[in-house]
Amino acid sequence: MKNETTNIRSGETSREQADREQASHKFNWRRLVALVRKESLQAMRDPSTILIAFVLPVVLLFLFAYAVSLDVREVRIGVVLESDAPSAQSLAAAFAGTRYLKVTPARDRREVADLVVSGKLRGFVVIPQDFDSRLASPIPQPLVQVITDGSQPNTANFVASYAQGVVQNWGAGRSGSAPPAAIQLEPRYWFNAELESRRSLVPGAIAIVMTIIGTMLTALVVAREWERGTMEAVLSTPASVIEILIGKLMPYFILGMIATLASTALAIFVFDVPLRGSLFALLLLSAVFLIPALGQGLLISAVTKNQFLASQIALFSGFLPSFLLSGFLFEIDAMPTWIQAITYLIPARYFVSSLQTVFLAGDVWAVFWPNLAAMASIGVFFFIIAKRKTRKNLES
Amino acid sequence: MSAHTAIDTPRERGKDAVAVVIENVAKHFGEVQALRGFSAEIRYGRLTGLVGPDGTGKTTLMRIMTGLLVPDGGSVTLAGFDVVNDNDAIHIVSGYMPQRFGLYEDLSVMENMRLYAQLRGMNVDDIFESLLDFTRLGPFTKRLAGKLSGGMKQKLGLACALMAKPEVLLLDEPSVGVDPVSRQDLWRMVQELTDDGMAVVWSTAYLDEAERCESVLLLNEGKLEFDGPPQELTDRLKERSFRLTGVSDERRAVLSRVLNLGTVGDGVIQGDAVRVVLRKDAGREEIDALADEVGAKVEPVQPRFEDAFIDLLGGGPGGTSALAERMDEVKLDSDIAVSCRDLTKRFGDFTATDNVSFEVRRGEIFGLLGPNGAGKSTTFKMLCGLLKPTEGEAHVVGLDLRRATGAAKSQLGYMAQKFSLYGLLTVKQNLEFSAGVYGLEGAIKRERIDEMIGTFDLKQYLTTSPDSLPLGFKQRLALACSLMHHPPVLFLDEPTSGVDPITRREFWTHINGLARKGVTVMVTTHFMDEAEYCDRVALMYRAKLIALDTPDALKRDSRSDKHPDPTMENAFIHLVESVDMENEERTDAKAAT
Repeated sequence: MKNETTNIRSGETSREQADREQASHKFNWRRLVALVRKESLQAMRDPSTILIAFVLPVVLLFLFAYAVSLDVREVRIGVVLESDAPSAQSLAAAFAGTRYLKVTPARDRREVADLVVSGKLRGFVVIPQDFDSRLASPIPQPLVQVITDGSQPNTANFVASYAQGVVQNWGAGRSGSAPPAAIQLEPRYWFNAELESRRSLVPGAIAIVMTIIGTMLTALVVAREWERGTMEAVLSTPASVIEILIGKLMPYFILGMIATLASTALAIFVFDVPLRGSLFALLLLSAVFLIPALGQGLLISAVTKNQFLASQIALFSGFLPSFLLSGFLFEIDAMPTWIQAITYLIPARYFVSSLQTVFLAGDVWAVFWPNLAAMASIGVFFFIIAKRKTRKNLES
Repeated sequence: MSAHTAIDTPRERGKDAVAVVIENVAKHFGEVQALRGFSAEIRYGRLTGLVGPDGTGKTTLMRIMTGLLVPDGGSVTLAGFDVVNDNDAIHIVSGYMPQRFGLYEDLSVMENMRLYAQLRGMNVDDIFESLLDFTRLGPFTKRLAGKLSGGMKQKLGLACALMAKPEVLLLDEPSVGVDPVSRQDLWRMVQELTDDGMAVVWSTAYLDEAERCESVLLLNEGKLEFDGPPQELTDRLKERSFRLTGVSDERRAVLSRVLNLGTVGDGVIQGDAVRVVLRKDAGREEIDALADEVGAKVEPVQPRFEDAFIDLLGGGPGGTSALAERMDEVKLDSDIAVSCRDLTKRFGDFTATDNVSFEVRRGEIFGLLGPNGAGKSTTFKMLCGLLKPTEGEAHVVGLDLRRATGAAKSQLGYMAQKFSLYGLLTVKQNLEFSAGVYGLEGAIKRERIDEMIGTFDLKQYLTTSPDSLPLGFKQRLALACSLMHHPPVLFLDEPTSGVDPITRREFWTHINGLARKGVTVMVTTHFMDEAEYCDRVALMYRAKLIALDTPDALKRDSRSDKHPDPTMENAFIHLVESVDMENEERTDAKAAT
């Protein structure tokens, strides 16, 4: 036993090493590799990492692709046919024939009124008894009455304007002549011709996924080291702050990139979202977005040093803003001016717009460059503060 | 920077060369003064104990020595390097094991060792074999650190701290959460390291550990109370420590009277006897007279480090419990207050408590002891109705805990670990809350609360938060909350962990007083000397009850040539080792057939 103890202390003494280290110090690749290795092993073994990095994104993407839809299709309305005139019947048929409406026919408005109140219908159209005489009247008179459920304003608007459209179309078709309006609009939607919200939501959802991995996961894993006291042990070794931080972030950077690729594959092959730009541009954008995302996570955990607090702050400062203020779900142009100003501070804003461009439009570098620059600068800002907050000791 | 060249390298240097110089070091955190400016030296080739109750600045000093904290005043030099200016060098010449060992629980033993080796720039393969041999962790290299026992974690932590072949090894509370058997192993390892010239600093709140160190820095409230070999301190108490024997049935009453004597500074119960420490320059006339009166024998004994510590702080509290004075005598229909039969608890395929049976008499202080993970907390929780047993039954004052959980719970008081007070409520509100949960109302409620405030002297603190109370008052408040409904049975879960010896003595004065009034007290503890306060001690190991007897009988049974006068800790180690031996024989026998 005695011999073995002496063995531990043979070879280069720590004093010689201390002298050498002081001369050559600072960055050491071997230590960085050791830290990265350790972090990767931990990440792979921790079921919550796999959950956050792979299961959560899939769930989110499916939610945004299928459950959340900003499109209106098959809206349930009632059509009350009070008149027996053939013209009235043909208008009712026109309502029933459109694919955007699902019609419940009725003879009495009381039948459908209750259904609107109970929320089973979104509104109803009344074709009145005197429909024929209104139609024949030389002075233009309102032909039908449209009643909608104002508690869902978007749908209500849609029902009202669509009902009007149906009536106009029907009128045009009946007379066989040009419609009364002198100019006919024929809208064409670029980039998303079918106006399917899935196509813009799925790329946006990738930004959310990256925020979760970059900010939430990083904040948690760094705070965990403080909580469990392992940070104290690592700080007491010769490893430098830079090595510790890079060692911590590298695996999550790679994890974030893998998750991007996986989400992209899902988007293209499962959800039918086109990738019109290049994969290179997509990866470059994602990589640059990870700088502020990781930096923010690092900063949060460096300040809180507590997993619970870190996850709360990450939720409120990372996840929610990128959800609400990035233009992913809600259009930034429609926000009050002062909130619009705030969105400029949210890195996800730049990433969402870049993602939508790269998926739906193509490689538009004029859009990418300013976005890349903005993301990188916010990221560098976070890193500088995080580095200042993480010192090679336990002073707070 | 240049200072270190003057100091010799470890092998050339003499055994007693100075390793760490602490000069007037001070440190505060906000308003709290953690270190109040003192100087000391730590030498190579020695085990130096950094001893003191919790919260006295031990960890702060440790962290300053490893360069993790910057002192506000004064300086510290370790192996010739200044901890602030030569920070990088400090991390190389020192090995540091923080509390909870600093291990990655989801990495294996080998992966933890490899990480720390690489962080310290060591060649992995050269040193692993010797370290694994040294720590006897060889068979467990593939196991995750989180799955190791407390003792093995500690050894792994030590191996990681030793990785750099440090000149100074700093161990922060290495024995917390580690059973006495593993502690024994650690002492052996540290002994070998110091023999080889390393300076080892061992911080601990267990005062009995101080006696095993070659040199001791004794801290109390950020001040250095003593610096030197522990014998030097205990020698001051020569001919002042006595044991009163032959008082077994009356020992609590005797202790209470002894502590109220002006010439007595400190006293504790030790099995069947009462241990007494006289004040400085006091004669033994008073205790002799008392001994004559109660028919006890007075014999001189070896002073202990804890005696010296209490003496240094001016003695312990008096022997009368104002609380017990006001309690009514507890009367029960049956003489058995708590009982359990074939109590078993399984979590999945893990058995935490295996077939445990015992009975506790009215007015008995019953101790439940065991290493971490032995199942004592699980057993305890089943007995006070917090966990449902998988099999078997438990009764409190004749009430079946399975069927009449609510009624049984109203008959017991429970004081959880770490006091479990509400930091966001005031002291008064905490009292009101616990009176409320125990169903007290109206005049009775007010009366009881006033009684507790008066008894425990809490008046000055009524509107403050329990978090800002001094430790002793915090403990009083927790005890007051659990006794609000005057329960006949009191459960105490590790009531004195993290509490200084003086506060512990005050606490036991109350408990002794309550027991004399017929309150049955169930207590778990990891302070071996506290087990001596108990009438009987149940020892749990690996989910089973391996021994149940009076402290004196347990000690007597473990008497051997090596330990002619065994302590509670010796008895514990002896019992656990004999169980391990039996198990090994059984597996050997199985392997043979």
